[in-house]
Amino acid sequence: MPLLEIRNLSVEFSTTSGKFRAVDGIDVTVEPNDLMAIVGESGSGKSVSMLAVMGLLPWTATITADVMAFNGHDLRDMTAKQRRRIIGRDMSMIFQEPMSSLNPCFTVGFQIKESLKKHTDLDRKGRQNRAIELMQLVGIPAPEKRLNAFPHQLSGGMSQRAMIAMALACEPKLLIADEPTTALDVTIQAQILELLTSLQEETGMALILITHDMGVVAETVRRVQVQYAGQKVEEQEVGALFDDPHHPYTAALLAALPERATERRLPTIPGVVPGQFDRPQGCLFSPRCRFANAHCKAVEPVQASPEMGLALCHYPLSHGEPTNREKAS
Amino acid sequence: MLRFVLSRLLTFVPTFFGVTLVSFAFIRLLPGDPIQLLAGERGVSEARYNELAEQFGFDAPIWKQYIDYLIGIFQGDLGTSFVTKRPVLDEFMALFPATLELSICAITLAILIGIPAGVIAAVNRGKFFDQALMTTALVGYSMPIFWWALLLIIVFSSGLGWTPVSGRMSLMYFIDGPTGFMTIDALLSGEEGAFKSAVSHLILPTIVLATIPLAIIARQTRSAMLEVLGEDYVRTARAKGLAPLRVNGMHALRNALIPVVTVIGLSVGTLLAGAILTETIFSWPGIGKWMVDSIFRRDYQAVQGGLLIIAVIVMIVNLTVDILYGLINPKIRNR
Repeated sequence: MPLLEIRNLSVEFSTTSGKFRAVDGIDVTVEPNDLMAIVGESGSGKSVSMLAVMGLLPWTATITADVMAFNGHDLRDMTAKQRRRIIGRDMSMIFQEPMSSLNPCFTVGFQIKESLKKHTDLDRKGRQNRAIELMQLVGIPAPEKRLNAFPHQLSGGMSQRAMIAMALACEPKLLIADEPTTALDVTIQAQILELLTSLQEETGMALILITHDMGVVAETVRRVQVQYAGQKVEEQEVGALFDDPHHPYTAALLAALPERATERRLPTIPGVVPGQFDRPQGCLFSPRCRFANAHCKAVEPVQASPEMGLALCHYPLSHGEPTNREKAS
Repeated sequence: MLRFVLSRLLTFVPTFFGVTLVSFAFIRLLPGDPIQLLAGERGVSEARYNELAEQFGFDAPIWKQYIDYLIGIFQGDLGTSFVTKRPVLDEFMALFPATLELSICAITLAILIGIPAGVIAAVNRGKFFDQALMTTALVGYSMPIFWWALLLIIVFSSGLGWTPVSGRMSLMYFIDGPTGFMTIDALLSGEEGAFKSAVSHLILPTIVLATIPLAIIARQTRSAMLEVLGEDYVRTARAKGLAPLRVNGMHALRNALIPVVTVIGLSVGTLLAGAILTETIFSWPGIGKWMVDSIFRRDYQAVQGGLLIIAVIVMIVNLTVDILYGLINPKIRNR
């Protein structure tokens, strides 16, 4: 049984100018001890889908799903109170901006111990010891002293380590890391990613890494799910994905990596992710896709076979070339 | 922290002199001659006038009067009211506990209701409670205080007979305790029913005096909370699975308190300076009424002395607010 199973998850926000569909029929499957990434550019609904799983979206959001189950619990018909018993304990999340994700009014120690107080039976002494242990686990030097530090006294990297310590406090089965390194220096980025993967290996938890950085993906995870405009467009093992991306969007993302560039000029993807008012007909990526034809712009694509990475494309790529082309014409 | 307090205390010095100068000058700028006001309609002869002027020191040049006033302050002498012939400090201290007692009750009520109301409104933004509360706050803020006080008296005192109309204590009791706080002194006196009487006299003036600060605090809390509720650390707190009461009441509120404490500080300042309308309507023997009477009588010494003490109290309140900032948000402390 998968640890986290999501089928056909959609999230709609009611705004003053009508409904906005941020997530559009996403499937996510996470096995225990899994290490996967959700990749996509800003506005592709990566964070929103995971916040929906955590139950952290504002009340303006409407969440629908055929299946949304975590560790045998159906998340859909759970009360807020039942949900709060799971999040922070079995399923926890760290965020993009470590500096602003810690409460400036409380010490780091207080914020770590708060989780322990909520979810465990440890007494005061036990919580203190566990907090020190956690600080050591995430590589914060002089933990006893740092527990009494306030967030503004820590650097960005240290703050993110403290956030990780907080998320790991109750030994979660699933950790969702939402762009954990985006706000950090490049050197610190590598350290934090290394820390996350080694912790994942040590503790056996599953890790979902949300990122827009294909470079991060390559070095870190085993499995990749690519999202575009609230839809899942491809899912593959990381090696296979880099070797042979099947969706044109994935291919374009990979081509935009400086490491893989072959020409003098770095290839880009023209345009931006469609928003509330400019959702195209047919395939959502068609306006930016260099392979798109009239058929793409008129008819919504269906998922391709697992061999083709479940690519949401009429003509999934094989080694850079569109397939199925003749069938359509 | 100590350095912070000391540096703040240093800024008291110029403010203090500024206040002495302003209070000294303002009362003298008002038209009207204190001696003639004192003499009443019949007036005084010129010889008697000069005699009195000499006695009160009004014949000296204005700068000398100011210097004398300053010298007096540093000797702990705020002068003598030339109407009552009693030292200004004694007069002030006799009346101040009444004002203080009422102010403390009013601001406590305003905080205890205003902050939770603001938090609940912010959390339920746009819903019925929020709109109802903000409308009520607006009404409370814009209502004429004297009208509100009279309305309450008509309903609860004359109509229902639940509370006394005015004063601090029923005439059946004579309480003269050590603190000057009627409730505490009544409790200490051990007289049966005295405490109950003191409390019942406090209720209406407290409600009236609390109304405007309550409205301000509620609105300020709401807007500060709305800002804070969108912050990342609030999401982090929720991601820990904490209950809404703890997320909103602790993680968010503590960060939202800074502007709230500021308006509380300002409210305390104005309350202590004497709630003239409230004190007048409820015949509350506080300093507000005394200050107004002194101004009408051109009682120079009383006005400048009273203003000075009030200014010092307001400065102390402001310092307390500044210290509270640091306690609430450690980031400010280290700056």
